[in-house]
Amino acid sequence: MKQINPDVCAAYPITPATEIMQIFASYVADGLVDTELVAVESEHSAMSASIGAAAAGARSMTATSSQGLALMWEMLYIAAGLRLPIVMPMVNRALSAPINIHCDHSDSMGTRDSGWIQINSENAQEVYDNIIQAVRIAEHPDIQLPAMVTYDGFIISHAMEPVDTYETEQVRKFIGPYKPMYSLLDIDHPITVGAIDLTDYYFEHRRALAEPTFHVLDVAEQVAADFEREFGRKYGIFELYKMDDAEVAIVVLGSTAGTAKVVIDGLRQNGVKAGMVKVRMFRPFPYKQIAEVLSSTKAVAVLDRSDGLAGMGGPVFGEVRSALYDSAKRPITANYIYGLGGRDITLAHIKSVYDDLLAIAKSGKLPEKLFSYLGVRE
Amino acid sequence: MAKLTEIRWHGRGGQGAKTAALLFGEAVLGQGKHMQAFPEYGPERMGAPVQSFNRISDEPITLHCHVTSPQIVVVLDPTLIGTVDITHGLPDDGIIVINTDQPASKFREQLHLNGQKLYTVDASTISRETIGRDIPNTPMMGALVKATGILNFEEMIADTKGKLEKKFRSKPEVIEGNLKAIQRAYDEVKSE
Repeated sequence: MKQINPDVCAAYPITPATEIMQIFASYVADGLVDTELVAVESEHSAMSASIGAAAAGARSMTATSSQGLALMWEMLYIAAGLRLPIVMPMVNRALSAPINIHCDHSDSMGTRDSGWIQINSENAQEVYDNIIQAVRIAEHPDIQLPAMVTYDGFIISHAMEPVDTYETEQVRKFIGPYKPMYSLLDIDHPITVGAIDLTDYYFEHRRALAEPTFHVLDVAEQVAADFEREFGRKYGIFELYKMDDAEVAIVVLGSTAGTAKVVIDGLRQNGVKAGMVKVRMFRPFPYKQIAEVLSSTKAVAVLDRSDGLAGMGGPVFGEVRSALYDSAKRPITANYIYGLGGRDITLAHIKSVYDDLLAIAKSGKLPEKLFSYLGVRE
Repeated sequence: MAKLTEIRWHGRGGQGAKTAALLFGEAVLGQGKHMQAFPEYGPERMGAPVQSFNRISDEPITLHCHVTSPQIVVVLDPTLIGTVDITHGLPDDGIIVINTDQPASKFREQLHLNGQKLYTVDASTISRETIGRDIPNTPMMGALVKATGILNFEEMIADTKGKLEKKFRSKPEVIEGNLKAIQRAYDEVKSE
């Protein structure tokens, strides 16, 4: 955020807060950024102020987590509906009740239909790289949508691990100066923002909101290609780990992907054709690409770090299963809900999922349960 | 994955177990190795038992689960022994470093140790005499390096000096005290 040097940041981190805005506020106080920091009275107001600033033509950012995101709820839809490219780091943490401060994905999963782009990160390096790329994706003339970059609470947000940083000048050159397409302050070209829109045009405007979502993945790939040329790190809409010949695979988001890589390496040493799809772009969801990648496998487990409470598993599972429906060849799928409220997901847990998948692949039979809970006492 | 070393720090809220893991992590990074450093978060109260962790490897570390079977355990407060299961998951060839003024032999039986190596150092006295307060975290870094040989000591001292100089620019006595504490603990740590 310091390197991005946004015009406006609004902040009121509620519990469970992270240090993001606190540290950023010190940059503002020390004159290291030119940002106007707006101290507000709630996260609802933080998103409201970000929307106001963005509508006025400012590059606008804030950060949040858990209950804070929940409190922003109403305004998230407005940010997307007004096509304001706000970028927001979002630390994934559980929602109350019961009260908990640790990692799960319930918070961002709840906002998945709001129109925000969601980019997931495995580790601190990816958080840094994704936030830089998010600015370009969100502000792209064909997109103009808000974007959140999510990462796992505590596991990544409060842990120290090495990150290669780039020169500030290089980052600023990459994101470029912000030229808003429309601005309330551009009085020579007056616009109306947030007008009432009833049965006559609301539907057309919501339909128009869907349009950029059809292009986000292409733009994300273009930005990733530029990013690789500039900074040397490769990103895609998802990361494939040992998927070339994989017979059994898991689909996972966030830091658990890193732990899974260790499990896969071990399985591969024993000749097991195990692989993983780590979803980077969750909104919009790469339906076609995921289906294509998974169609050559025999059995797939989707690991969800939130519960859909929908009677048929977690939200990522719903997407993956739906994506596979039209494939001529499709694997048997199973869903595991894990790690709620920061419950540890161990190598043994992930290994047990692959053991289940191998048994499913061998028998060709559907799993006993469509979805189950991994690492819970019941 | 290449050889991975995991360390668990035991302390009480306020003793700097988290800072120790972070500072040690930075020293590891300074020597060109990969690392993670993270505390266990929970209700934070002065004096409550707390833990923090390091992972160290020559290769990038992708693991993001808890540390459950560390090869090395560092105990900042000896009164935790008997209260907290400090040897949990520690293998028979593991290493324990305890801040205590008591001889190491006293703990072998109490901890039901097998082949584990035990080291002691009076880091509380050292920190009182060098820093002026009982903050045993930095001296325990010195003891840890001596006991395990996991880092080059001179490089670690130089790196930590740099970090402290940034943090305590206006308090040179803090920098000097901490560096002295690390050096003394390195010199004074005893095996059984």
